[in-house]
Amino acid sequence: MIWETIRLAIQAIFRNALRSILTVLGIVIGVAAVIAMVTVGQGSSDQVTADVAKLGTNVLMVMPGAGQMGPGNNSVSAALDIKDVEALIDQLSSVRTAAPYNQTSLNAVYGTEDTRTSVAGTDTRYLDVVDWPIVLGRGFLPTEESSGKAVCIIGETVRQELFGNTDPLGEKIRLKNVSCEVIGLLEAKGASSFGSDQDDIVLMPITAFQRRVTGSSDITMIYAAAATNVSTDRTLVDIEALMRERRRISDGEEDDFNVRDMKQMASMLTGITDVLTGLLSAVAAVSLLVGGIGIMNIMLVSVTERTREIGIRLAVGATANQVLLQFLVEAIVLSMIGGLVGILSGLGLAAVASNLMAIPFSPDAAIVAIAFLFSAAVGVIFGYFPARRAARLDPIEALRHQ
Amino acid sequence: MADTMEADAPVIELRNISKTYGHGEAEVHAMDGVSLSIAKGEFVAIMGPSGSGKSTAMNMIGCLDRPTSGDYLFNGVHVGDLTKDQRAILRRNYLGFVFQGFNLLARTSALDNVELPLIYKGVPAAERRAQALDALAKVGLKGREHHDPSELSGGQQQRAAIARALVGSPQVLLADEPTGNLDTKLSVEIMELLKLLNERDHITIVMVTHEEDMATYAHRVVWMVDGRVERDGPPAEVFNHERHSA
Repeated sequence: MIWETIRLAIQAIFRNALRSILTVLGIVIGVAAVIAMVTVGQGSSDQVTADVAKLGTNVLMVMPGAGQMGPGNNSVSAALDIKDVEALIDQLSSVRTAAPYNQTSLNAVYGTEDTRTSVAGTDTRYLDVVDWPIVLGRGFLPTEESSGKAVCIIGETVRQELFGNTDPLGEKIRLKNVSCEVIGLLEAKGASSFGSDQDDIVLMPITAFQRRVTGSSDITMIYAAAATNVSTDRTLVDIEALMRERRRISDGEEDDFNVRDMKQMASMLTGITDVLTGLLSAVAAVSLLVGGIGIMNIMLVSVTERTREIGIRLAVGATANQVLLQFLVEAIVLSMIGGLVGILSGLGLAAVASNLMAIPFSPDAAIVAIAFLFSAAVGVIFGYFPARRAARLDPIEALRHQ
Repeated sequence: MADTMEADAPVIELRNISKTYGHGEAEVHAMDGVSLSIAKGEFVAIMGPSGSGKSTAMNMIGCLDRPTSGDYLFNGVHVGDLTKDQRAILRRNYLGFVFQGFNLLARTSALDNVELPLIYKGVPAAERRAQALDALAKVGLKGREHHDPSELSGGQQQRAAIARALVGSPQVLLADEPTGNLDTKLSVEIMELLKLLNERDHITIVMVTHEEDMATYAHRVVWMVDGRVERDGPPAEVFNHERHSA
């Protein structure tokens, strides 16, 4: 009987194909939106996690300033200096190596070419910390680092912008008023989890950067790599203790610096993505509700329109429950078809979007199942009232209906 | 139900049935103390001017309606005591309906239309198909099984409707103005078909009509006026009397 009812429902749905399509459009859009949002959100979360893994999960960052990262926070606390870097390496066995890292944004000019790029002052150890190979040329020599010679290692994007595909080695680019010789080219890394281009960078010795670009011996950030077989968490605790000692923070006082590992960075980033995904999905879920109301609306119209048909069914011996079931199943089948189409188009949309955004396509079976069940539930909830109305019709009245 | 039926007990027995619609000033007595007994195998035509209560009587006999007072016994069972669903089950097992407007489901093939009562009866698909094809053949619609009602002529539509009424092998066929929408030639065809079903298959037929020509196919005419049975007898007798009193 139930298969018969489902067959009849499908028959009724296809008898009014156009109206059925318009009816389920709300459900289709709602489900597609939710699925696309969640899938793309999941994809970008995965991307962040993958990026962090690439960057090295054993990388830590030390920054002056208490509490959260952000503008304004580091103004009150003392900056770091190069002695802190040496102390981390010399005094902590849990730190394999560390490097200073000062960054700013400048125009890089070569001949008539000109590009806005990120310029960082650091030293050779940085490339070791973040495991970034040089594919062409060489790294900074110790003499260059100590003398503050104006040499630089450039990222792939900067090369493309300034030199095209030609060999940049030995050429001089101008950064602000510094003329800087290109000695190396970094391996291409691609976009970061923020979507920023990691290859859009120029590295120069920290001494040169301090002297010629910022004019101060401050260091704004230290990158540190945990020693092999030492957990990042322990390294983090060690660094915090050493930094408190070096900065003479007495017990009970708050840190005036920050140590973060990449896991924290990752969870912060995925946290943002999750909140955004949640918000957008909630908005999309509202359209599911609207879709459900659309189904109820059409089912009510359908009951009125098919009053005579209901009368015929009652006359030939359908019980009230059989009529109720018929209309209920019709609403459920309709909304499940909508859900199915919505899931497929949502996944399609997410696949295209993931491709365009260069993030992994990560469909989640649980979300797909939930969306499908939800659309079925919409059918039950919004189909019940019209179905009950149909079942309660009086056969004589219904047969008389024109 | 059939077990309780005695050999000569009437299939349909109305005992002093009244049906009232509305209240107070607006009260309408659609049926006013109707008593009527129809035996198995009869072919009865219910006639009368409009508003005489013949349609209400038809709905009553068809177990679509319940009396305000009086008893209706179908095969000895008090229909007034049955719930809506019990009456639906009674209709599906013992009654077949033919309407003036055919009342076939639109955009649904003749075959599917005829299968409809069997679906509610829970007959398995293969058997259902066989029975429906058989019923369609019986009414002369062989070869038209897969046509939609819109692709059938009025007479063919009514034949399909008769097939639908017959398919469950009902005891009683109820026909409400079955020829009302058809021209004379087709009307005669339909009446011949009903007559055949009555004579050959011994199906009890109760028909409402306002056409004397059609009523003459019946064995018995029940003439109603103002909700009461005024005359009840063979067609010739009833019509003769009506003509004389008119």
